[in-house]
Amino acid sequence: MRLRPAADAGAVSVPASPALARRPGKRRAAWRRRRLVLLLMSPWIVGFTVFFGYPLVMSVYLSFTHYDLLSSPRWIGTANYRYLFHDDPQVWTAVKNTLWYIAVAVPLQVLFAFGIALMLARARRGVGIFRTIFYLPALAPPVAATLGFVYILNPATGPVNVLLGHLGVQGPLWFHDPHWSKPALVALTVWGVGNTMVIFLAAVLDVPRHLYESAELDGAGVFSRLRWVTLPSISPVILFAVVFNVIQGLQYFTQAYVAAGVAAGQASQAADVTAVNLGYPQDSTLFYPVLLYQHGFTDFQMGYASAMSVLLLVVSFAITLVIVLNSRRWVYQAAPR
Amino acid sequence: MADVRYEQATKLYSGTDVPAVDALDLEVEDGEFMVLVGPSGSGKTTALRMLAGLEEVDAGAVLIGGRDVTDLPPKKRDVAMVFQNYALYPYLTVSQNIAFPLKMAGVKKAERERQAAEVARRLGMERYLGRKPSQLSGGERQRVAMGRAIIRQPSVFLMDEPLSNLDAKLRVQMRADIAALQRDLGVTTVYVTHDQAEAMTLGHRVAVLDHGRLQQVGEPRELYDRPTNRFVAGFIGSPAMNLCDVTCEHGAVSFGGERVELGPAVANGSGAVVLGLRPEALEVGLEGLPARVEVVEEFGADAFVFSSAQIGGEETRLVARTEARRAPAQGERIFLRVKPEEAHLFDAETGQRLGA
Repeated sequence: MRLRPAADAGAVSVPASPALARRPGKRRAAWRRRRLVLLLMSPWIVGFTVFFGYPLVMSVYLSFTHYDLLSSPRWIGTANYRYLFHDDPQVWTAVKNTLWYIAVAVPLQVLFAFGIALMLARARRGVGIFRTIFYLPALAPPVAATLGFVYILNPATGPVNVLLGHLGVQGPLWFHDPHWSKPALVALTVWGVGNTMVIFLAAVLDVPRHLYESAELDGAGVFSRLRWVTLPSISPVILFAVVFNVIQGLQYFTQAYVAAGVAAGQASQAADVTAVNLGYPQDSTLFYPVLLYQHGFTDFQMGYASAMSVLLLVVSFAITLVIVLNSRRWVYQAAPR
Repeated sequence: MADVRYEQATKLYSGTDVPAVDALDLEVEDGEFMVLVGPSGSGKTTALRMLAGLEEVDAGAVLIGGRDVTDLPPKKRDVAMVFQNYALYPYLTVSQNIAFPLKMAGVKKAERERQAAEVARRLGMERYLGRKPSQLSGGERQRVAMGRAIIRQPSVFLMDEPLSNLDAKLRVQMRADIAALQRDLGVTTVYVTHDQAEAMTLGHRVAVLDHGRLQQVGEPRELYDRPTNRFVAGFIGSPAMNLCDVTCEHGAVSFGGERVELGPAVANGSGAVVLGLRPEALEVGLEGLPARVEVVEEFGADAFVFSSAQIGGEETRLVARTEARRAPAQGERIFLRVKPEEAHLFDAETGQRLGA
């Protein structure tokens, strides 16, 4: 018997191994699965691209142009950003107003939502009615709610000042006083805290009862149980509420826009919302998004407004990142089950 | 340390007519290990929670160390409790969990940490002090819960099925650990379980509850040897006692045609009764009640023979204990003979024990 030379061996046709034979079939199956996944995701992909991706990219592009909506955008480099940071006389007023609103409204929203949720979680009778009552304001359209508040807080005829008058207290001018206009808007925000409250209520009701019982046996009173059981247990929800409301605060527009316009209209006997009224009184309600709107849709400086919106996006992301990174020290994240 | 007394203690949940705990009278001596045992819904956990102050007492009273604590909040009762699911604070470390009662008592941090480390050492948990509960096994969590209970040296320990979430092997180990710990500390302990093996091995005394009522309280051996009624007889012991409806005439019963003399205790008894026979009270032999073997369960040296026989015209299942090496095969025909001195008799109507 003679051994076949090595070179010959290579020439012999060797049947493909079953694994190799299966590969094209596997590839086809994988491609079919991928195609199905893409097909099922396609509504979201189209929606995201058309309504988020494209506007985002266009905003970034337009922020480097001069664009008045009538003529084609004209590339001007970083001129919009230079003007935004160095020359715009109103932008720092708007930033200060926005930061003031966030610093005051967000803690109050969280506190009120948490407080109401705690009360509702403990209530034994009429729970359904009270939940509805506290949640209803969140269903009110922002424009209607703002109109109602401007009416209620009307310095001369509003029921709040009439009541204060009966008590011998001189009510403030509310939406007509630069010192009271922002607190009035904060009151409006806190009144509509129902959405956050519902999330807190679900979280509070989800805290295991045996933890409270254990703490009670360990000697914890009401406040200790709140501090050592409730708060750590719902800390992820607190984080969510803070981040969500801060982002909402950075985008605060509708209520400020309507309140300023209507209050200015009351003052001038003509409910006319014009650029002059934005930020009424004395720029005290001129929030960053209001100024952005003014530049974009009143002054038709769409390029500059785009630069402002890009900055808002970056700041929103940065603040969220700071809060989330900081939260690792105080938020308890349960291990995945 | 202190004794514990339930005096006609009653709990009625709103929306129900039947009390969860019905006029419970029970005394636990100072340093005693009392086990409350019973099936689901028997009221044992409710009774424990009434003692802890986690459930209101609707009638009667609860006393700890002679002090009426019926209306006191849990933190003023000087009791510590180990929960079924441990109730550890998931966001605190083992050290912080163990030291939590001291923190609530205002003990300084350094002292808290020292005591927590000492307790952890005692429980063999010193290596885990910096871990969170989610990083521990079931047995380790159980030890942390024990540590949190013992750190403040309470008057009474309360344990609500603390071993039920552990696997069988670990349960046996922890059972021994709990018994040793209680013996060392000498603290009055009330322990709830539905597992009669735990009850019989841990308790100095065992209280059997059913439908909120105390059925019998006594030492484990007493409960096994002299069950006060048909329920206790059927509940205590594994496999359960054979309970057969028979007719008693002049101190003897007919057991499937076999006449069984029951001795002087029920010499004058007659009428319908329930004959109770532990598996070891039935002998597998060459004569007696004919039966057919259904299943044989072997446990090392012993085997339980589950069989069916005709008693009073009805097919009755009986279990007998025998040596594993001499156990019959499945399907085999056997004969069962009663050891009269080990038989129990219960009233057919009231279920109460007849005779001594």
